[in-house]
Amino acid sequence: MASGPTRTGPTRTGKSRGNLPPLDLYVPEPKFRPGDPVDYSHLEIPAAGKLARPDEGCAASETWPLTLDLIRVLDENDAAVGAWNPNLDPETLRRMLASMALTRAFDDRMYRGQRQGKTSFYMKSTGEEAVSIACAHALAFDDMVFPSYRQQGILIARGYPLVEMVNQIYSNRADPLKGRQLPIMYSAKDYGFFSISGNLATQFPQAVGWAMASAIKGDTRIATSFVGEGSSAEGDFHAAMTFAAVYNAPVVLNVVNNQWAISSFSGFAGAERTTFAARAAGYGIAGLRVDGNDILAVYAAMEWAANRARSNQGPTLIEHFTYRAEGHSTSDDPTAYRSAHEREEWPLGDPIMRLKKHLIGLGEWSEERHAEMDRDAAEQVKAATKEAEKNGILGHGLHHPFHTMFEDVFEELPWHLEEQADQAIRERQSKFPDWKD
Amino acid sequence: MIEEDSVSLHDAPTRQMNMIEAINDALDIMMARDPDVVTFGEDVGYFGGVFRATANLQKKYGRNRVFDTPINECGIIGAAVGMAAYGLRPVPEIQFADYIYPGMDQLVSEAARLRYRSAAEFIAPITVRSPFGGGIFGGQTHSQSPEALFTHVSGLKTVIPASPYDAKGLLIAAIEDNDPVIFFEPKRIYNGPFDGYYDRPSKTWKGHPLGMVPEGYYSIPLGKARIVQEGSALTVVTYGTMVHVAEAVLAEKGVDAEIIDLRTLVPLDLEAVEKSVEKTGRCLVIHEATRTSGFGAELVTLVQERCFYHLEAPVERVTGFDTPYPHSLEWAYFPGPVRIGEAVDRLLKD
Ligand SMILES: Cc1ncc(C[n+]2csc(CCOP(=O)(O)OP(=O)(O)O)c2C)c(N)n1
Repeated sequence: MASGPTRTGPTRTGKSRGNLPPLDLYVPEPKFRPGDPVDYSHLEIPAAGKLARPDEGCAASETWPLTLDLIRVLDENDAAVGAWNPNLDPETLRRMLASMALTRAFDDRMYRGQRQGKTSFYMKSTGEEAVSIACAHALAFDDMVFPSYRQQGILIARGYPLVEMVNQIYSNRADPLKGRQLPIMYSAKDYGFFSISGNLATQFPQAVGWAMASAIKGDTRIATSFVGEGSSAEGDFHAAMTFAAVYNAPVVLNVVNNQWAISSFSGFAGAERTTFAARAAGYGIAGLRVDGNDILAVYAAMEWAANRARSNQGPTLIEHFTYRAEGHSTSDDPTAYRSAHEREEWPLGDPIMRLKKHLIGLGEWSEERHAEMDRDAAEQVKAATKEAEKNGILGHGLHHPFHTMFEDVFEELPWHLEEQADQAIRERQSKFPDWKD
Repeated sequence: MIEEDSVSLHDAPTRQMNMIEAINDALDIMMARDPDVVTFGEDVGYFGGVFRATANLQKKYGRNRVFDTPINECGIIGAAVGMAAYGLRPVPEIQFADYIYPGMDQLVSEAARLRYRSAAEFIAPITVRSPFGGGIFGGQTHSQSPEALFTHVSGLKTVIPASPYDAKGLLIAAIEDNDPVIFFEPKRIYNGPFDGYYDRPSKTWKGHPLGMVPEGYYSIPLGKARIVQEGSALTVVTYGTMVHVAEAVLAEKGVDAEIIDLRTLVPLDLEAVEKSVEKTGRCLVIHEATRTSGFGAELVTLVQERCFYHLEAPVERVTGFDTPYPHSLEWAYFPGPVRIGEAVDRLLKD
């Protein structure tokens, strides 16, 4: 046997332990809980208009300062200022305002619909409407969106019929998705809106794949995707960032930081360490952090990123700094975990009010017109709801022919599903002898 | 389509190929026929894949259609779903089936259910290729047979070829299929059939009739089993590497067995199995994967449900053990001739 150390245990190299304190696990805790007063003074809200707007073709590293700061266009008087002002015409501004108002009216009505038992579940985007509406306007109409579940504003801005949305929410017989998806998990291919998944963040690498495909084909369309700040902790987020960076994919990746992921505050996704936009730096892609309640700033950021992607300059990560004004969903009670005053005190205001005041300041809008617009939005939603109710609401009978349950698992029905479909139909008939489809 | 039984395949000129070459040929043919077919994965591009299945394709079709990816299976399959939504037909390679788990959610929750959840607005015609199975001293992280995890998922098809001829025809069919397919390649038989005797010199596909592969395009329909050999004493239902092991063992024992190579697990050619068991009255299911909740459990149940009154003996299954694949003891793990032989004896006892 070769000579060597005998087996007496590990050799002790390195330092001795000394008199060290025990290690301590850090568990983040939000600044305020129910009953606490709210003090947002720790948030650094920079003045509007002060940030430079780098050229869209700049090196990614030039955007790094923008990932730690906050792009803002509307100042405290709601005037548009600075290099990021997208200088939109009043007509576009009014259209965006109307889309935001319609989205809010839609959310309110659907929320009530859920409370009235017309559907099982609903999710509002209250307070975050600027994110979807600005993006829908800044993109081309046929750029592909891989949404999360709080971008109903994109469908609304792109003119998707409200009735179809309600049909889907009610899972009724006119539901384009045949009653298979949870309410709000729309799919609208003709509107460039990818089918929403309940598995968080999965859409992020898919958007990158779509963008890669568009580049492979020499197309001119780009892709975009949205993820909540909470779900940005998923591995899929990092897979998407890696792929986007490696292939310089024509994609705009958005983190909607609305501060809360159900009852977990943004600290559980790493927000206490750095901004979400700053993650772009580690991947060498462009990053922007934007006031998500300032629709002009969001528009400017998305337009910047879209132009960059379109000219083969690569991907951008945008963090939309906003606030989820309502509960996570109809199944959630936010008063159980956050201060009731958080919403009122949110220093970046309400996106609809800010744009409204901006337009009034321009002399392009008035309180009267605004009130009329709100009435009109409520009417549109009411009419759509009534129309949709003719097709039924969730739980009132079985809306879809039984056989549809087995369709679309595969392109063609294999024998085992055909057998199971027969079984389901037999069960049904034994319970309801008169039942047909 | 060429009928699968006729290996002479009309008069198409044939060429000697091993399974890797047949797979490469299938990819080449499909990439030439359809500009929407793209392939990618770890080391797949310039180098042509660690098993060389994509060799020369990048040179031929360019880096836009054949490329390397980051080591990120979630990204590989997630991107494939997005590409499919765009209208491409992605054929991603997962370097070893053991590494499919980081991409599992994208396969199971996304690719498999996209058609259903979008009421066919979006589909995922993706073929995920991956070498699987043991017998190459790959240790517990390069030897797994995870097919049952996928057959359990609604919306996925699972395909496992057992020869170069089948690999080419089935891969072409998988790429043309509008549903997501998991295409597991039994890497033990990439280079030649395997009789289960690890201590004997191994054979190559040369000289084996299924190593004679027709040139050009042909496809083998998914969901159609191959009767490897007809027989009357017992029915052996198996797939992948075990087809060859079963053939060798039964020949050696001189049992007049009917051997069925399933070729695809979902959709399953149950008719072929039923017909055979009704004839023989005895059934042995063999797979290399671990036993508990394996695909064999499904097969045994189906045979029991459908053929009970024809059965002369309890249906048996021979499988790997419920342990990870042990490196040095892999031949004790592998369901080899002894384990199969004992099961055959039990089945034929009376
Ligand atoms: C993979 C996965 N894990 C957990 C859930 C359950 N879930 C649904 S929404 C949600 C919170 C998401 O928060 P965030 O991403 O911040 O989006 P927000 O709801 O705030 O818009 C969770 C945990 C899920 N749908 N998918």
